[in-house]
Amino acid sequence: MTDKETMFIDNIEVEIKGEKTVLEVAKNAGIEIPTFCYRPDLTQFGACRMCVVEQEGRGIQASCTMPPKAGMKIFTNTKKVRNIRKTILELLLAHHDRECTTCSKSGMCELQKYSFEYGITDIPYVKMKEEEKLKVDSSSVSIVRDMNKCILCGACVRACSEFQGIGVLGFSERGSHTHVQPMAGKPLKDVDCVNCGQCASVCPTGALTIKDDTEKAFDLIYDPNVKTVVQIAPSVRVALGEMFGLKAGDNSIKKIYAAARKIGFDLIFDTNFSADLTIMEEANEFVERLTKGENLPLFTSCCPAWVRYMEINHPDMLNHLSSCKSPQGMLSPLMKELVPQYYEGYTKENIKVVSIMPCTAKKFEAKREQLKNETDVVLTTVEFAKMIRAKGINFDKLEGEEANSPFGQYSGGGTIFGASGGVAEAALRTAYNMATGENLPNLDVMPLRGVDGASRSKEATVDIKGKQVKIRVVSTLKEAEIAVREVKSGKADFQLLEVMACPGGCINGGGQPTACHDVNIKNERAQGLYTEDKNLPVRNCHENPDIIRVYKEFLEKPASKKSHELLHTTYSKVPLKELV
Amino acid sequence: MLELKTPSDFEKIDEILKECEYKKTNLITILQKVQAIYRYLPQEAIEYIGNKIDGLSPATVWGVATFYAQFSLEPKGKYEIKVCDGTACHVRGSMPVLEAIKNKLPMEKGKMTTSDGLFSVETVSCLGACSLAPAVVINGKVYPKMTPDAVLIIIDTLMKENE
Repeated sequence: MTDKETMFIDNIEVEIKGEKTVLEVAKNAGIEIPTFCYRPDLTQFGACRMCVVEQEGRGIQASCTMPPKAGMKIFTNTKKVRNIRKTILELLLAHHDRECTTCSKSGMCELQKYSFEYGITDIPYVKMKEEEKLKVDSSSVSIVRDMNKCILCGACVRACSEFQGIGVLGFSERGSHTHVQPMAGKPLKDVDCVNCGQCASVCPTGALTIKDDTEKAFDLIYDPNVKTVVQIAPSVRVALGEMFGLKAGDNSIKKIYAAARKIGFDLIFDTNFSADLTIMEEANEFVERLTKGENLPLFTSCCPAWVRYMEINHPDMLNHLSSCKSPQGMLSPLMKELVPQYYEGYTKENIKVVSIMPCTAKKFEAKREQLKNETDVVLTTVEFAKMIRAKGINFDKLEGEEANSPFGQYSGGGTIFGASGGVAEAALRTAYNMATGENLPNLDVMPLRGVDGASRSKEATVDIKGKQVKIRVVSTLKEAEIAVREVKSGKADFQLLEVMACPGGCINGGGQPTACHDVNIKNERAQGLYTEDKNLPVRNCHENPDIIRVYKEFLEKPASKKSHELLHTTYSKVPLKELV
Repeated sequence: MLELKTPSDFEKIDEILKECEYKKTNLITILQKVQAIYRYLPQEAIEYIGNKIDGLSPATVWGVATFYAQFSLEPKGKYEIKVCDGTACHVRGSMPVLEAIKNKLPMEKGKMTTSDGLFSVETVSCLGACSLAPAVVINGKVYPKMTPDAVLIIIDTLMKENE
């Protein structure tokens, strides 16, 4: 006899490996139980009851809140369980706007999926009347709220407060009147939303969706007077494939270049290039601040949700934020400036930039007063996948292609920007070189890696010329707030703070195919990026030949007059209505 | 309508928050105390409290304020009339009493307070005074065994006091 604890699920003996709920034990044993409200990264809620199972001797219970016990006998698919689940679906659908064909979650909706799987073809309740429908809130540049499709699973409410500590969304009223809304039903643009999109990422239905800008991109492509230039962010390459049957973490960047060209974009560039550029400017800024001892710790500024959070909540500490634009923000104006020098028929005026981002807040960033007319359309990974499908492109059969020069090459440092800790690691590699003239002895800064729930705050200390430099990396704004408070109270002992608002970083961004059901997806995507970093011929941003050339021919050096004009920005608390 | 605009108004809320140690577990007490000052919960107060207490947000405070019937988001009258509509009061004729009050005090549709701000009327589920059914409570004072005629006399008296 071993001291292993086991239980029985559908007559199969399974081991309990420290899981907190029966649902998790089943999942780890390869038995899927349907659920709407269970999200492994959020607290258990037990709201939707879809995960009911039958326990021998105890009857029907929700498996997402039931602790596993040795010897327990669970049945996940009895006749009784099936009937209850069907009734739950019918009741959820009774008060649901069932206009699936015009819903932007169509095909990705869990309610739709389970209704199909459980054979729900007829709802024995009166359909929602047109005049009963609530107004759709499309005030935000990133997120659309349609409460006619909400099933009250509370995932968005939990995501906003448990990940970001903001709590823009809350339950209002009670009983059959309960609904989810920002305070007093205000439009999303008028509250402290930072556009991270995590609410939409965890939403099982079409209640919270990402604003669709694909039509704007198509309009540009079909306009004969416009030259379209596209840029693709680091973490898109390890997630987009999931929408076409590839595994999470499979790097499909070459296929993405090919798909973008097939869609009709004129020039394809990689945001990884400008991630390298961001590191050049930011590492330079970091070394400068370290030398002068000014405005430390330096806060990274590539996450637009985090920047917005600072502007709203800590306007007195904006001096800590790096003045560097994000990689998206750097590449767009640089392309408009430089592409006409390399390509005939392109002018600053006729170039329109479309960026493919894992992020919903990038849509907001592009509308910032300071960055106006630089990035013209921002699409999320999911929107881009939709364009590929609409164009009839067979993604998995595509032959790989290359990006265009002069911004075609990138380093491993640029690639790992997509994972929490990657920016700090890349910055450290280059800052070390700038300060010492030598490369970091070991380029893998392992303590800064990891994207699971336990790695939302991590630290590393590095010896630079005898000076101990401490780096703090956080993902989620809840962790960021803790770090900022340490700085405010003078307790902070770190000199660089990297913040990504989404748990695990951009690989789990609000614009990515949702990873909310499986904690491993984040790891696999991050691993995809670290693998590319390891295999690239150039791993240091400062060694990227295209970066060296752009500085030599155009920008001169980091923090030059030219780079300040194009690559740096300012921050202020701008009222949202002025941005839209 | 009482409005919450000036800094001194927020000072009052600050005092309450301090007294309740800025704890989110004390939220209901805080809201009760604020409502005691304004006779309702002004939107600005809800927003302010949500931003001041760690772990809360305006949306969550709004959620609590709209969950409980004891909180009102619109100003209540100088006289808060509560008509008990628990089972005992209901069978003993609380609805004719309520009808009489509503006829006497016309209010705009959807509002619970008269336009002069003098009276607000609401039903409550059970006051625990079933032996006195039907019961009406006005500003904490219980009026037992009400009839439509009796309740109108009480309202007339209150109106005269305020002329």
